[in-house]
Amino acid sequence: MDWLFFGEISLAGLAMGGLYALIGLGFVIIYKATRVINFAIGEIMMFAAYLFLAFAGGMEMSPWVALPLAVLGGSVLGGVIEKVMIRPMLGESSISVVMVTIGIASILVGVVEMIWGADPQLLPGFLPRKPVFIGEMYLAPKIAYGFLIGAAMLIVYLLYFRFSRGGVALRATASDQAAAYSMGINVRRVFNLAWVFGSLAASLAGVLVAATGGLSPQFGAIGLSVLVVVIVGGLDSIVGALIAGVFIGWLETVAGAYLGGEYRMPATFAVLAVILVFRPYGLFGTHEIERV
Amino acid sequence: MRIGDAKQSYEADEAILTSSTQKIWFALFLLALLLFPFMADAYLLYLSCLVGIAVISTTGLNILTGFTGLISLGQAGFMGVGGYTVAWLSANTELPFPVTLLLAGLLAAAVGILVGLPSLRVKGLYLAIATLAASVFLHFIFAEWESVTGGMGGLSLEPAHLFGLTFQSDFGMYFIIVPLAVLMVLAARNVFRTRIGRAFIAIRDRDISAEILGINLLHYKLMSFALSSFYAGVAGGLFAYFFRVVTPESFPLSMSIFYLAAVIVGGMGNLLGGILGAAFMTLIPEILKLLTTALTPFYPNAPIFMSPMLEIIFGGLIVGFLIFEPHGLAEIWHRIRRFFSLWPFKN
Repeated sequence: MDWLFFGEISLAGLAMGGLYALIGLGFVIIYKATRVINFAIGEIMMFAAYLFLAFAGGMEMSPWVALPLAVLGGSVLGGVIEKVMIRPMLGESSISVVMVTIGIASILVGVVEMIWGADPQLLPGFLPRKPVFIGEMYLAPKIAYGFLIGAAMLIVYLLYFRFSRGGVALRATASDQAAAYSMGINVRRVFNLAWVFGSLAASLAGVLVAATGGLSPQFGAIGLSVLVVVIVGGLDSIVGALIAGVFIGWLETVAGAYLGGEYRMPATFAVLAVILVFRPYGLFGTHEIERV
Repeated sequence: MRIGDAKQSYEADEAILTSSTQKIWFALFLLALLLFPFMADAYLLYLSCLVGIAVISTTGLNILTGFTGLISLGQAGFMGVGGYTVAWLSANTELPFPVTLLLAGLLAAAVGILVGLPSLRVKGLYLAIATLAASVFLHFIFAEWESVTGGMGGLSLEPAHLFGLTFQSDFGMYFIIVPLAVLMVLAARNVFRTRIGRAFIAIRDRDISAEILGINLLHYKLMSFALSSFYAGVAGGLFAYFFRVVTPESFPLSMSIFYLAAVIVGGMGNLLGGILGAAFMTLIPEILKLLTTALTPFYPNAPIFMSPMLEIIFGGLIVGFLIFEPHGLAEIWHRIRRFFSLWPFKN
């Protein structure tokens, strides 16, 4: 076995996993606050990446201006989706709400295809091109810098949720809505903010992933990998999303490199199946006790 | 309830068609189905075959999702099992189509039971994701098990045959698909008059309560999975005979979502809703195609916008129905009927 090759592949996988962790975080924030499984998260990422393409490519803005604008656009989209389509579904069965997010995903794919066409596109390069070496191991610069930006964002998020007023409000709402409401927390605003922040994390990851792998209306399929991440980690666990994100990213890349691209999905879904059988609530998720 | 419609016996109360008006309309409907292929042109025949296949599959998914409350994203995978079974049998054996379709349904049902096994431990969305995993694995098997499935190139089939008759044209297929669709919907209607169907509904409404009432959850959940994927398998087999080729891409994940959407748009837990939803969702792309052709002389770009427009309409229908009309087309149908039966006394 070629250890150098394995090391390089693993490194690329871990870096990709860091981005998965960021998307997973966005997913978990939305789930924790509003109990909505967001099947449209891949499409929100895609939308933000296309916005970046429009700002940086079409309007020729500096990428460092276009990136925040695109991420902002993605988070506004998340907020609007929550207000217009998710709020009316409050209290409906979870199947219905999931189907609404699937419908939203389909609408977003259609809108993107209508504006930017169905052909795959390349994002203008904005990350440094200098190869990165860690010891002997080579790491593609796009992936390395993408990981750094993603990791920085992750740390900001974790600190925000730990210490800020908004973060505490979000965690309070997640643990008990009625109690949070009676303590003067504006629960409806928290719902909306959760979607904004969740979409923000996903949008940033979307631009970074698209910068390494290209962009097309099928980009949203990455949402399936994220689904695996959050189920393995536990839907309502931020720590779970981080660990599972890194692990699934690594596994997907290694399986793709050693067994061939067609094994990427089956490998991660096999892990998913094992987790569902032995720990249905994920590695770190809360086991809900049901009462009649 | 209508005035003067009091039931005198349990049989009368449980009957599917309760009044003579209903019986007459149903007979007329069957007659129309029988005469339709002799009057319709090739395009309408093709569409009605597609609708028939969709009705069978949607009814199957309705049994699982609408009546038992188990959401499944694996319907296309189960259809694929049926389609590949039929394709393999027609290539390697001389069996006539009723046998191959039956075997397709049974094999799909067996796969369905296997997929349903986690349903005792996980439910709701976790179960949906388990079925999603199943459909990923099935797609992988279709694409990679080349000696049986022909890999990415897929398999092509001989036309369906029985007693020396071959069913090559859409006209012939109509007489396989539509009677089978009618039969299977009636069978589903009858299931819900028995203990089994009522157990499904009890599980949907509250599974823990159902268990306390003495319903063996694993047993009935697996039965629901088996029944639903049997329908999917038969629909997939018909799909294979109809298009005469199956590839891994014939049964994509978007197809599973299509059938879920058909169940929702039609009305969850309502067999009539499943039929209406299947027909409506199958016909939407065709209506859009007609519209595009009509618009092309004025807007030459119209064909480019057709496929994204379809995605938007598809998503919009799902979201719109769930928010504004959660009981689906069946509820609209019900309202129209009430309007006529209460006219002119109401307003």
